[in-house]
Amino acid sequence: MSQTVAAPARSRRPLGDLAFEVLATAAGILVLALLGAIIVSLFIGGLPAFRQFGVGFLTSADWDPVQQVFGAVVPIYGTIITSILALLMAVPVAFGIAFWLTELAPAWLRRPVGTAVELLAAVPSIIYGMWGFFIIVPFMGDYIQPFLIDWLGDLPLVGFLFQGPPFGTGIFTAALILAVMVIPFIAATMRDVFQTVPPVFKESAYGLGCTTWEVMRSIVIPYTSTSVVGGIMLGLGRALGETMAVTFVIGNTNRISTSLFGPGNTIASLVALEFPESPAGSLKLASLLALGFLLFVISFIVLAISRLLLRKGKPA
Amino acid sequence: MSATLSTRGPARDAVVANALSRRRQRINLLVEALCLLATVVGLAFLALILATLLYLGFSGLSATVFTTITKPPGSHGGLLNAIIGSLIQTALGTAIGTPIGLLVGTYLSEYARGSLLGEAVRFVSDVLLSAPSILIGLFVYTVMVSPFGGFSGWAGAVALAVIVIPIVVRTTEDMLRLIPVALREAAVALGAPKWKSIVFICYRAALDGIATGVLLAIARIAGETAPLLFTSLGNLNWSLSLTQPMSSLPVTIYQYAGSAFDDWVQLAWVGALLITFGVLALNVLARIVLRPRT
Repeated sequence: MSQTVAAPARSRRPLGDLAFEVLATAAGILVLALLGAIIVSLFIGGLPAFRQFGVGFLTSADWDPVQQVFGAVVPIYGTIITSILALLMAVPVAFGIAFWLTELAPAWLRRPVGTAVELLAAVPSIIYGMWGFFIIVPFMGDYIQPFLIDWLGDLPLVGFLFQGPPFGTGIFTAALILAVMVIPFIAATMRDVFQTVPPVFKESAYGLGCTTWEVMRSIVIPYTSTSVVGGIMLGLGRALGETMAVTFVIGNTNRISTSLFGPGNTIASLVALEFPESPAGSLKLASLLALGFLLFVISFIVLAISRLLLRKGKPA
Repeated sequence: MSATLSTRGPARDAVVANALSRRRQRINLLVEALCLLATVVGLAFLALILATLLYLGFSGLSATVFTTITKPPGSHGGLLNAIIGSLIQTALGTAIGTPIGLLVGTYLSEYARGSLLGEAVRFVSDVLLSAPSILIGLFVYTVMVSPFGGFSGWAGAVALAVIVIPIVVRTTEDMLRLIPVALREAAVALGAPKWKSIVFICYRAALDGIATGVLLAIARIAGETAPLLFTSLGNLNWSLSLTQPMSSLPVTIYQYAGSAFDDWVQLAWVGALLITFGVLALNVLARIVLRPRT
């Protein structure tokens, strides 16, 4: 009986209401479909390359359009090494900025400086590329690299990292530009999570006589460590897929060089550079799409971990 | 001396304690100085980039940049077709992406709280927010360019729309969640159906936040290069056809900056100046729009 009463009540629900809910839900499902479509389309596009080379695609360092032999090792190596180096440079600076903005800066400076750091994130990557190519590359080639080669090139064990001719371009320069690009992302995330620490925790530590740095080290960082790692992973995800800036400065050579100053490439830079010379339907284009698929898998994993950590770290 | 110290402990420990305290203060000072240095370094990079753009781009800024299309090196070309192409693709990308993003954000905030599907959509949208834009270009290439035989302005606009969606989703959901429940209840109590309370009450109350999201999305896609390389390709001739390859400012900058001709490189700097200050102005505007709310 109660069901027959409920049914007309349900049908009285305005049609517009139902239509709007269906529309909104469909849009939500569209986003899921979009991700699926990106993965599937890149995989299908890269299928000829996976078929042709099998697992060898992942282990071969060749990239020879003449012989039609393509492998992914060099760009994968370049992608990972530039991103990790970039993080090594970016994380301390980003941490410093976030620390300064949350604990040290005078109140009237916080907003303008915070905004300026966010603007650094808004500069388009092509501008970083141009700026890197015309300003940083000559500077690196003329001053920084010769200096480092002279001073560190002869060291035992690590000297090989700093040898070779100072072209200005190369892995190290690409990592430096990437570092500048991801600093604002990491700094903004760190600042936001540092602000979630309940003031009473910090006040207790100050009350015990802790210095600002001790409060940061013993209270703020342990409290926010999960989210901080999440923020760093977010920066890593950004760095992995960065295209234009890297393409300008990395030297674009399909070779794994032991020196940090040697040229290299990344998945994104290789795809951007080789795409115009890859006719539709060619094995080369399929290899580029296969590389795109690999990049998507790598960044998806990194970004997924980042999101999980950031959500887990968020106090409920 | 020892009498005053003895209340706190033996004199020997006080000396140690004082030394320790000085060391802690020194470390603290050092860290604070390093943090200040880090901030200065970050700001210096921004200043350096802007100064470079002004120094190298401003001198090339003239009326011909806006009235002449791209021409072969040495013949005093401008960037008119690139600017118009960028405007068209950015406008279309925003027009396609904003309604979808708005609906998804609404779904997440109003219909999917606590639901598993909602969690999945939110997660995927957040991942897409940071996904490499070059892959979105490749994706649109495989579904729009390669099957339908050619690069087109439409493909470029769709690629940009895919980038717009997650940005609008994020801000829309965040802003709708800030709307007090009492406001919704008031609408329902007056007999308004849910969709009316969302569209006429919640959207209106969250308007400045949603507008901020759209402005940030425009700022983001206006400077995107990588997705356009595979979709609208770039076009050095005058063309407003959306079914043909279409020029855009970032792609033209990419082509010109890498060229060997001085006047092309000069134009690239002018383009870089235009796009950077346009994007930064949009960002500042977005923050001003949001300001009363925070």
